[in-house]
Amino acid sequence: MRRSPRRRIATALWCAVAVFVFVCSTFPVYWMIKTSLTPNNEVRSRDLELWPANLTLRNYETVLFDPGRTPFLPALSMSLVVTLATVLIAAVLAFFAAVAISRFRFRSRTGFIVAVIAIQMLPLEAMMVSLYRVLDSWQLLNTAMALILVYVATVLPFTIWTLRGFVDGVPIELEEAAMIDGCSRVGAFFRVTFPLLAPGLVATGVFAFIQAWNEFLIALIVNTRPDLMTLPVWLRTFLTLNGTTNWAAIMAGSTLMAIPVVIFFLIIQGRMATGMAAGAVKG
Amino acid sequence: MLEVETVVAPARPPRAPRARRRAGALPLLLLAPATAVVAAVIGWPLVQLALLSFQEFGRAQVFGQPAEWVWLDNYIAVLGDGVFWAVLWRTVAFAAVCVVSTMLLGIGLALLMQRLPKPFRILMSVGLLLAWAMPALTATIVWGWMFDTDYGVVNGMLRDVLGLADFDRRSWLIDPLGFFTVATIVIVWGAVPFVAFMVFAGLTQVPEEQMEAAALDGAGPVKRFSAIVLPQLAPILVIATILQLIWDLRVFTQIFALQDIGGIRAETSTLGVYIYQTAISGGDFGTGGALAMITMLVIMLIAFPLMRRMLRSES
Repeated sequence: MRRSPRRRIATALWCAVAVFVFVCSTFPVYWMIKTSLTPNNEVRSRDLELWPANLTLRNYETVLFDPGRTPFLPALSMSLVVTLATVLIAAVLAFFAAVAISRFRFRSRTGFIVAVIAIQMLPLEAMMVSLYRVLDSWQLLNTAMALILVYVATVLPFTIWTLRGFVDGVPIELEEAAMIDGCSRVGAFFRVTFPLLAPGLVATGVFAFIQAWNEFLIALIVNTRPDLMTLPVWLRTFLTLNGTTNWAAIMAGSTLMAIPVVIFFLIIQGRMATGMAAGAVKG
Repeated sequence: MLEVETVVAPARPPRAPRARRRAGALPLLLLAPATAVVAAVIGWPLVQLALLSFQEFGRAQVFGQPAEWVWLDNYIAVLGDGVFWAVLWRTVAFAAVCVVSTMLLGIGLALLMQRLPKPFRILMSVGLLLAWAMPALTATIVWGWMFDTDYGVVNGMLRDVLGLADFDRRSWLIDPLGFFTVATIVIVWGAVPFVAFMVFAGLTQVPEEQMEAAALDGAGPVKRFSAIVLPQLAPILVIATILQLIWDLRVFTQIFALQDIGGIRAETSTLGVYIYQTAISGGDFGTGGALAMITMLVIMLIAFPLMRRMLRSES
């Protein structure tokens, strides 16, 4: 295709806008990292310095090893345990449920679909009062189990819904063909359909991961012991310290908390965008 | 009769009855684990919450005193309280601003991505991805720091780069309008990538032949967008709007953390934060329960028309 000069100018303009969007969306991230690498006394300067003059790792040392603070590593491992358990359990349960509503027609199916959508609208935050008391009555307060249970339950409706779109997307004829070739029903499903669901499982896993990794309120209420804090609750303890806030240290802590998510995102991003849209369109 | 039976039988798949019976139990078995977890962790507390909202339930009851049934008293108290209405309108107005800006920006960026040459598209997606990957709490703290009165980069830039002396030592979080400006930026910044990626992925599924055919028939870009692209995008837009609406109406983390940094709680609380203050900090679980029930009702009422659209496309 030939391109007219007007079209080229337009494209150049769009590219400029794209660069602007890139700067806007990454600037806070840059500023966080920059602050985290600046000596604490220089953070309190009224001069506008866009580049760090003296780089230091001191703030990371403070955050990681200062005996006066709640340590980072227990919070990190708590977050990892809770998040990974949530992702695994939610993926398995959502997978079963998605297969059920996508591959079978049964009497309570419509009711189940309506329930799945309705539950997504319940604000869990509105339920924290009774959630707290129910967990208390099950003697689960101050356990990792409580958070895993709550997070699995909260991500399930969305993950079932998304996965269902993916199972719908695999034509059932493929399974039937495999069955004619001698596969059992279950065998056909696992040999033919399951491999094609990989992007769907990735998309739902990502969703569960982000939700569980970032959740703040439930973790704040359910676990009050310092050794059971997840990273968001750990990070918040810095804010409420009396006296002058150590912004450089907070930014170091924020960076540490964001790094795993960013890495995770960058690894899978390509699959995810297409995956989520496929789920949404089919839904 | 017998003859008919024998004639018809071979036409039926031979194992159909057995397969159907197996299907009867299997799907329910597959649904059971997910249903059990959701029922226990969401359903049961929901029932408890409904009961709680009709009881007088304060600190004394937490420590074992039997709770007294007061039926609608909690609701009457909440609905008769001017503070509640102020919080409600604030929440709804704030969510409306956030949802509309997020959707418009998200759609705009998706359309932009479509027009970009590949390297620029990748650059932009990486930027959006970074914003998206930031945990809400981290993002709020970072933005709060950027809007810091004395050492914030925003005040610094407005003062030194744009020469606006008004913004020297401006306290953004102290006055409610400034507070919600910052909150809107934090939320929209974090939510736009999700919408942009979803809409962009939807745009890639618009059949090119249809667009070309419409162009040959003389349809301009606006006409092509409204007649071909929009209907194709509709399901995605509906879902994205519902999700944004729910998330923004029940916003908690960003508001709570910004208040930690420097907002005045009484003038900046949204429904989620207000419930927390009443129930968890205030120890009045009964009133908190009534507030929570009302919040759920509000969210459902607002999201209902969109939900119905979605369900219609389902059937």
